[in-house]
Amino acid sequence: MKRKVIIIGSGPAGLTAAIYSARANLQPIVFEGAQPGGQLTITTDVENYPGFPKGIMGPEMMDEFRKQAQRFGAECLYKTVDKVDFTKKPYSVWVQNDEYMADALIISTGASARLLGLDSEAELMGHGVSACATCDGFFFKDKKVLVIGGGDSAMEEATFLTKFASEVIIVHRRDKFRASKIMVDRAMSNPKISVLLNSVVVNINGTKSSGVNSVVLKDTLTGETRDENCSGIFMAIGHIPNTDLFRNNIDLDESGYIITKPDSTYTNLEGVFACGDVQDHVYRQAVTAAGSGCMAAIDAERWLEKQE
Amino acid sequence: MSNNVNEFTDENFDVDVAKSELPVLIDFWAAWCGPCKAIAPIIDEIAVEYEGKIKVGKVDVDKNQNTAMKYGVRSIPTLLIMKSGEVVNQIVGAVPRENITDILDKVI
Repeated sequence: MKRKVIIIGSGPAGLTAAIYSARANLQPIVFEGAQPGGQLTITTDVENYPGFPKGIMGPEMMDEFRKQAQRFGAECLYKTVDKVDFTKKPYSVWVQNDEYMADALIISTGASARLLGLDSEAELMGHGVSACATCDGFFFKDKKVLVIGGGDSAMEEATFLTKFASEVIIVHRRDKFRASKIMVDRAMSNPKISVLLNSVVVNINGTKSSGVNSVVLKDTLTGETRDENCSGIFMAIGHIPNTDLFRNNIDLDESGYIITKPDSTYTNLEGVFACGDVQDHVYRQAVTAAGSGCMAAIDAERWLEKQE
Repeated sequence: MSNNVNEFTDENFDVDVAKSELPVLIDFWAAWCGPCKAIAPIIDEIAVEYEGKIKVGKVDVDKNQNTAMKYGVRSIPTLLIMKSGEVVNQIVGAVPRENITDILDKVI
């Protein structure tokens, strides 16, 4: 199957690119990927997206984005691209054995939660280890949990988790938080939240059937290790761009983000455009992602016109 | 939710799932869970495609905490694949459709 435009990723960037390119009669296919709707689907209230004075739930907002794109003929598929070929034109992407071709490609694969990289963390993911407090906090009623991280999302997750947990400890590797003052103040004024600074997690103890029962913490100043009992551990240590698919084809910066030409969504490859968090480690907002999704669709449309 | 998708509860789980002759795909979800919404249409599709081969149903964890607890669910969406009352496989998190159907194809 061949289309003029294929969009990989379905957060605010990808779906906005879909709205614009569908309205330009480019009949885009959107490959929604493993997390349809993107990172906003694991948040609760979105309070800073213009046009929603009362706020809107993240998953609901992304449903509306999708419906708006479909209204103009975008085809949204619940499929994940697992291979690309940018060495010939038209470009190809694969979903397992199915090949799809496109003249122009818009990459909006976003970013995912960064993990510690411990074997025990991978083993116990979903069994007490989580990267989504809003998804999994519910399962830790009256339990003690740890939040790892020192930024705004760590503060937000810790505060959210106090709705369920009996005790929340924020574990941070440095001697002070990177989070904004308002977020730190909000967390620190909560009697259920306490803090362990200069501490890193070196192992997580537990089993798939019984869940997490403790973590091994190392004091970064003294090097001493000790066990801290807990039933859950929530990761809030930042994000990494989802660019593994493109590693050999597209120019990435040292952190793995796609490099776009200034004031545009052009990548180093002709006809391949990037928008949203996959190329933005600075702003990372729904509204900036949507804005760059619009830019990508317009860039792609004009580029396609020039090819004819 | 399509007609092919059953609603499993604390009350009917033992009868509808554990005693099912067909293998069962169980989707643990909640209304407040974004990734659960993302995976829901995939579950609906699978229920139609595998009709007569796999029984498909959902457990709302808000209303059925005993079942969620009994199976050690600590994250949603969690998908359990059960055969003759035993858990034969488990998927945590929203995953591509193929990851689910690959596992189902092995149990039918």
